[in-house]
Amino acid sequence: MSEGDKIIINNFSAYYDTTQVLKEINLVIRSKEIFAIFGPARSGKTTLLKSINRLTDLIPGVTCSGKIYLDGINIYDPKQNITQLRRKVGMVFDLPTPLPLSVFDNVAYGPKLNGIRQKSRLMEIVERSLRSAVLWEEVKDRLHDSALRLSGGQQQRLCIARVLALEPEVLMLDEPCSGLDPISTASIEETLLKLKEELTILLVPHNVQQASRVADRTAFFLNGELIEVGTAYQIFTSPKDKRTEDYITGRFG
Amino acid sequence: MRSNQIRYLTQRIAKGLIWLAAFLTIAIMFLILFQILSEGIPVLNIRFFIDSPKSMGREGGIFSTIIGTLALTALAVLVATPLGVGTAIFLREYTKESRISRIIRFGTDCLAGVPSIIFGLFGFVFFVIYLNMGWSILAGGLTLTAMILPTIICTAEEAIKSIPPSYREVSYSLGGTKWQTVIHAIIPNALPGIITGVILGIGRSIGETAAIILTAGSSLVMPTSLFSPIRTMAVHFYILAREGISMEMAYGTGAVLILLVLLINTVANVLLNRYIRKRV
Repeated sequence: MSEGDKIIINNFSAYYDTTQVLKEINLVIRSKEIFAIFGPARSGKTTLLKSINRLTDLIPGVTCSGKIYLDGINIYDPKQNITQLRRKVGMVFDLPTPLPLSVFDNVAYGPKLNGIRQKSRLMEIVERSLRSAVLWEEVKDRLHDSALRLSGGQQQRLCIARVLALEPEVLMLDEPCSGLDPISTASIEETLLKLKEELTILLVPHNVQQASRVADRTAFFLNGELIEVGTAYQIFTSPKDKRTEDYITGRFG
Repeated sequence: MRSNQIRYLTQRIAKGLIWLAAFLTIAIMFLILFQILSEGIPVLNIRFFIDSPKSMGREGGIFSTIIGTLALTALAVLVATPLGVGTAIFLREYTKESRISRIIRFGTDCLAGVPSIIFGLFGFVFFVIYLNMGWSILAGGLTLTAMILPTIICTAEEAIKSIPPSYREVSYSLGGTKWQTVIHAIIPNALPGIITGVILGIGRSIGETAAIILTAGSSLVMPTSLFSPIRTMAVHFYILAREGISMEMAYGTGAVLILLVLLINTVANVLLNRYIRKRV
């Protein structure tokens, strides 16, 4: 393991009952990069993300083999504290998932679970997180309104803020812009580029263009297999594999 | 052309039948309410509420039976709600679909269909005699607990089932433990459904008669402890009417019962709406 390697995925396979959805994946994600995982539907992208913070544990019938290291420690070690892991590796889902609580309580949800009770401390965290997610200016006067009243783009940035409130080291986003208009998408991409200075970002973009706009490095997945990995520039300008090229140029998918 | 006419006719008939069904239901409901309230409300005055029954209930008020009803119902709900909600959470969050969960579910479904007199018999044999509680608030309340548990379990489970899976996923992904997820993401969102089950339970408890006569007795004496026998309003109504003591007082008691149920439902609805409005 070299200095900047944040996540090392080693021979990792995952199965839904008997169907193999990830096939012996080997992949290294470096610290403070935006790493995009793209590919057609059902290629295993979401399962890979959920494997990295062990949300797959919640899905009945999912089993896996192989290892995933975070900072050199295997997260599938039986001694791994799963709640600690999930605080370090935050996840934003494809559709905005605000809880039916106020804006404030949504962002404070994680810190409160962590045992932070002091009102002023929570306020600090909420403001900082909302600022990092570029949402503060829009919601600062309605922190105690229900989060369900925000627009779709605001809700998704709220979800990002909610994860940031835990000060994670890795932020995973699973097609975070799939339900959003181009303007909201642009503001989320802007947010990601700013966040990159602080943390490692794993992104499943909802289209190839998004991957090419924000990613440093990228990997192409097809039917649970890792086809090709490289810098975004190299993959999108001169893919080595025929299948990657076909997908990027829109021949299938 | 012809098929269009038939379709139009079917549509008219269906609409007519559905209106008729709704109208009949509402009519029957209002008829009952009107009958009891029109006979009962003239009997009501402040003394009727605060005086204890005299000469078997022919005179005086119904104070001790109001206390009896409230005590039994409160005890039943206080015991059954945590048990029932706990069971529902166990079934939904702590165990996978398995033999145990199927047995529990089958058991509650069966219990839900058992006539209340059977619960009364069980309560009489088990609480009153075997556990030596005698005819008492405790024995009656625990019998009612057993009776309303299936309803509370069933509605709470439905409520938990209908919570979007994303709430759970979000809570876990933010580092929540299972217990934290249950407390912060599951129960608050299932609360309206849970309350509905509790209100159904309250309704059943307030209206129960047979099982209570067998387990809490029908004493008109003011209760002093959990071990005192009591008479509820429903039992009072039954005895007054059945033994021809006083139809007038029976109607008065009936009116109070109906008003109490309306009051509980209204208060619960107001609180529930306020709770829901705060969250969406």
